[in-house]
Amino acid sequence: MTAGLTVAVASGKGGTGKTTVSANLACVAAEAGKKVCYVDCDVEEPNGHLFLKPGLERRRKVYVPVPSVDVEKCTACGACRDICQYSAIAAIGSEVITFEKMCHGCGGCRLVCPSGAITERGREVGAVEEGRAGRVAFVQGRLNVGEAMSPPLIKAVRSSVPENSLAVVDAPPGTSCPVITAVRGADFVILVTEPTPFGINDLGLAIDMVKELGIPHAVVVNRSVPGNSLAEDFCGQRGVRILAEIPDDRRVAEAYSRGELAYSAVPAFREYFEDLLTSVEKEARR
Amino acid sequence: MKEIVVISGKGGTGKTSLAASMAVLAGRAVVADCDVDAADLHLVLDPQIREKEDFSGGKGARILSGKCSGCGKCYELCRFDAVFKNEGHPPYLIDPVACEGCGVCSHFCPEKAVEFVPVVNGQLFVSETRYGPMVHARLGIAEENSGKLVSLVRGRAKTIAEKENFPYIITDGPPGIGCPVIASITGADAVLIVTEPTVSGEHDMERVADLAAYFKIPAFLCINKYDLNPGISRDIETKARDRGICVVGKVRYDRAVTDAQLERIPVVLFEGGVAVAGDITEAWNSLIKHLSQ
Repeated sequence: MTAGLTVAVASGKGGTGKTTVSANLACVAAEAGKKVCYVDCDVEEPNGHLFLKPGLERRRKVYVPVPSVDVEKCTACGACRDICQYSAIAAIGSEVITFEKMCHGCGGCRLVCPSGAITERGREVGAVEEGRAGRVAFVQGRLNVGEAMSPPLIKAVRSSVPENSLAVVDAPPGTSCPVITAVRGADFVILVTEPTPFGINDLGLAIDMVKELGIPHAVVVNRSVPGNSLAEDFCGQRGVRILAEIPDDRRVAEAYSRGELAYSAVPAFREYFEDLLTSVEKEARR
Repeated sequence: MKEIVVISGKGGTGKTSLAASMAVLAGRAVVADCDVDAADLHLVLDPQIREKEDFSGGKGARILSGKCSGCGKCYELCRFDAVFKNEGHPPYLIDPVACEGCGVCSHFCPEKAVEFVPVVNGQLFVSETRYGPMVHARLGIAEENSGKLVSLVRGRAKTIAEKENFPYIITDGPPGIGCPVIASITGADAVLIVTEPTVSGEHDMERVADLAAYFKIPAFLCINKYDLNPGISRDIETKARDRGICVVGKVRYDRAVTDAQLERIPVVLFEGGVAVAGDITEAWNSLIKHLSQ
């Protein structure tokens, strides 16, 4: 068995095909006999399960630490309020009020409290669910509705990946904290784009992000259209390699709408993902 | 004045294309782009920037090499794995990307060797477009606090709308259901959920509808590319009805939407987009009719 490899799939713009690429890639890898785990880090809107249809075997709630104030010990000195950068704790008169959803769980208030009035307890933010979809190991996070902060849950998902697997991480869209948490520590990032002004603009932002993080990366152009060279031109300018161009095909879009893998609907697409797997492994182990 | 926020749960369902067209159809509206970490609305509305200001969403920590004694207190206390051991001097360093800006390291450093200062992590723009004023922003690369920047964009849009008596604020929201989405919708008059008839679109629409209900914001639904899978479109309509969400429109799958984007104009103004423009106009008219009731 080869050592583990973590490949994250990100995009900047939503709806470019992250889940399509991740799910199809994980499945061709499993069919090639690899130990593979599909890791859904889009905890706000996890969709991979709709395509892989895993049996979920374990569910583990994820908690973040929040302060709990013992009114008997509290002297209302205000030190907790002063250290908190997130307005999660207020001292009004002799009363200390906490706003748990604002809390980032840094622990500063507990450390700074001179009377030992603050302890921490866990607040549930979501769950990590694990199971199997045939030969593909499956992990996803599911953020509770109304919860603002997804990074702690994304971290919990990332740490649930079985050892020595090829982990295919399906990242959330965007370029800020949730995506960074999802791709941090990955060996390689696949940036999925589409040849439209929105797709290319957001690809530029995503390239800047992975460069900032110092992770090797390359591009997959999805819904590629003959005669449209927006993505090729842009990647040429930015000096980023294109690993695959997946053609625009209404049959694939319809298969996607039903929750089917691209290559189950159109067998000719299998080759795109097999080739992509080969190039990604080669690039990532360089 | 009504503030309408376009959201979707799932990315890529057509929020920005729809918001751009709504800005045209509204006649007089302030437009706000709250998808601050992957803003695209400017690509079709072509804003001329009038005002620009730096945004600081919080503070960041930095170790001053002259003062650090290498005791490791910061390393021990940081819960965000932002402090790491350095081979050279200073003996510890802080990764600005991982730093959550809590200030614990700075507060507890016995040598006062950790500087904790405001960081600029984005820019806010107030611009003019052919269709009205536009407020937008750009979050710095790999930055956090997008929720704060979203609140700033909305606040500025509201000030302009109130001062100049605009009847609508049309806000292009971010995907997902987390921090920036919550910051985009709290206190708005209505959300317009744009979905598509795919298993993902349906699943994500339900999560974002739950979110709107959680914050008690009236929600309306538009099914984009409804003819891609008519069966799922019907399921989505039923689910919306069961939740008391009004389906204001169904927009056909039309290559003209992408072509208009390539031409960088709102699809309702695109020559080849007459049919799809009709669908969008119907959706907009139905939405404002419901909002005025």
